[in-house]
Amino acid sequence: MSVEIIKAEHLKKYYGNFLAVNDISFSVHKGEIFGFLGPNGAGKTTTIRMLTGILNPSSGRIEVFGMDMKKHKIDIRERTDIVPEMANPYIDLSAMRNLRLMGRLYGMKGREIEKRSIELLKLFNLYEKKDTKVRGFSKGMKQRLSLAMAMLPDPELLFLDEPTSGLDVMSARLIKRIIREEQKKGKTIFMNTHNMQDANELCNRVAIINHGKLIAIDTPEKIKEIGAKSNVIEFSLSPFKFEGGIVEGRVEILGDKVKVYTGEVDETIKKIVNYAERENLKIISLNVEKPSLEDVFMALVGEKNE
Amino acid sequence: MSKLSQFSRSLAIVKKDMLIFYLKGPVVIMGLLFPFFLFGAFLIGRDLSHEYLFVALIAMTAFFTSTAVGPTIIPWEARSKTFERLISSPVSITTVLFGDMQASFYFGIIITSFISLTAIFLGIGVNLLIFIPVVLLSILTFSAMTILMSSYPPTDVPADVMMLSSLVKFTLLFISGIFVPLEKLPWYARAVSAISPLTYMVDALRYSVSMRGYFPLWLDLIALLLFSLIFFFSGVFIHKRVLEKRFT
Ligand SMILES: Nc1ncnc2c1ncn2[C@@H]1O[C@H](COP(=O)(O)OP(=O)(O)O)[C@@H](O)[C@H]1O
Ligand SMILES: [Mg+2]
Repeated sequence: MSVEIIKAEHLKKYYGNFLAVNDISFSVHKGEIFGFLGPNGAGKTTTIRMLTGILNPSSGRIEVFGMDMKKHKIDIRERTDIVPEMANPYIDLSAMRNLRLMGRLYGMKGREIEKRSIELLKLFNLYEKKDTKVRGFSKGMKQRLSLAMAMLPDPELLFLDEPTSGLDVMSARLIKRIIREEQKKGKTIFMNTHNMQDANELCNRVAIINHGKLIAIDTPEKIKEIGAKSNVIEFSLSPFKFEGGIVEGRVEILGDKVKVYTGEVDETIKKIVNYAERENLKIISLNVEKPSLEDVFMALVGEKNE
Repeated sequence: MSKLSQFSRSLAIVKKDMLIFYLKGPVVIMGLLFPFFLFGAFLIGRDLSHEYLFVALIAMTAFFTSTAVGPTIIPWEARSKTFERLISSPVSITTVLFGDMQASFYFGIIITSFISLTAIFLGIGVNLLIFIPVVLLSILTFSAMTILMSSYPPTDVPADVMMLSSLVKFTLLFISGIFVPLEKLPWYARAVSAISPLTYMVDALRYSVSMRGYFPLWLDLIALLLFSLIFFFSGVFIHKRVLEKRFT
């Protein structure tokens, strides 16, 4: 089928006696945005560090572009770049100098660096700040610069560790838009996130990881189907009144809205309608929804994510 | 990946170090004022030949300038989370450390060259054919020493390394025949001196100002060369070994 860009086989990582990543295997295909989704401490950063060759796996094997990570670390890195978890350009250097440094480390020519840096600074709305020291940048600006630095050598494969976490809305939106544009240019993106919404919006496939173990790996739609048995029926009655006991399944009351999680759509709706007629209530709204990725994630991970 | 391109990438690291670390006030002050201060204290109330003073001045300047920043670079990068970024780019750890070493080296050379001009004011004849190679080789050795100093413990607190490296530096300063010539030391003190690279620099510099040295000149040069190789490669080895501890 499609070309495998990353192939990870039975990766394990111990920190001392603590098993942070527990025997995970997966592959990432050319041109996809692959999401690594899991709560804090799940082992996402550890995995990305193994995939970028910073940490050696305790056991298992990594291939990127068909090359063994152990033998071809530098060759692989020529074609990849990363935005690590913390936005971390050099704060004592200007945005432009940070870009130049990255360009040099990737062996780019001076002219090429200048040209592409300016394009990227404009793309990330940082052009006016190009000669300002990063020390004064907001978190969102630093993250945008970080992504610009990663994109400077035009890598085929980008690793992003929680790229939008804790950012202002504008920066997050801009970054997501640019990630999508990179995909359109044929780039492959491996992205860590603990944010269901981002995974849902951006990723072609998602792997769910918890306590170092892979629990599921599929498209967001397919993963949602795992939980498809539990549809969500949301409705509102006026004047508001509802007795949970009349329907089966989990019931949540939020203000004047009721949410029922159930596998029996037909039966549940009939019961609600009957109840409304009997009690002489008006149905203001009634929707049947598929569970969100978050609902499924919580069902799978079995705990609240923050 | 070719050695040549790794070398040219190490120059990017030199430039970064120069811009970030060496142009900072406190660094320049510590690296520059400090040896002068010590030198002044050393001068007071002693009747020493100009040659003797010149050797002490050059040795201290070279030693303090080339070790001023090096030990703290990697801990500082680990702390500010730039280290991970640096080593995920297509450069080896050896290249990064080679760049850091060069930065110490060039800084040491620049400052020591200026200070060497004092020879003119002191009216000393210096044999440059000895002086220049000795100074270059010594500064290389001290720069390599900073790579070893920054390798362990794998801390991300620059102040910790600063303290440890200062301790080492001062110890070396006092056992290296700067303040008391080697031949005047008791045998056991001389044996201790032999483990300090600074000893060989001081000894070799004496030849360049037509004073007698204690060891033969060739031995000084070989000792410096060996120290530089051992410092750099053992430093790289330890850095690689403790690398994972720097990410928490
Ligand atoms: N250097 C380290 N030493 C010891 N334990 C670590 C280290 N790095 C991470 N861990 C632990 O490994 C687990 C996974 O961490 P991490 O990969 O950072 O998770 P995530 O990125 O999903 O939040 C956590 O329990 C964390 O405390
Ligand atoms: Mg993480």
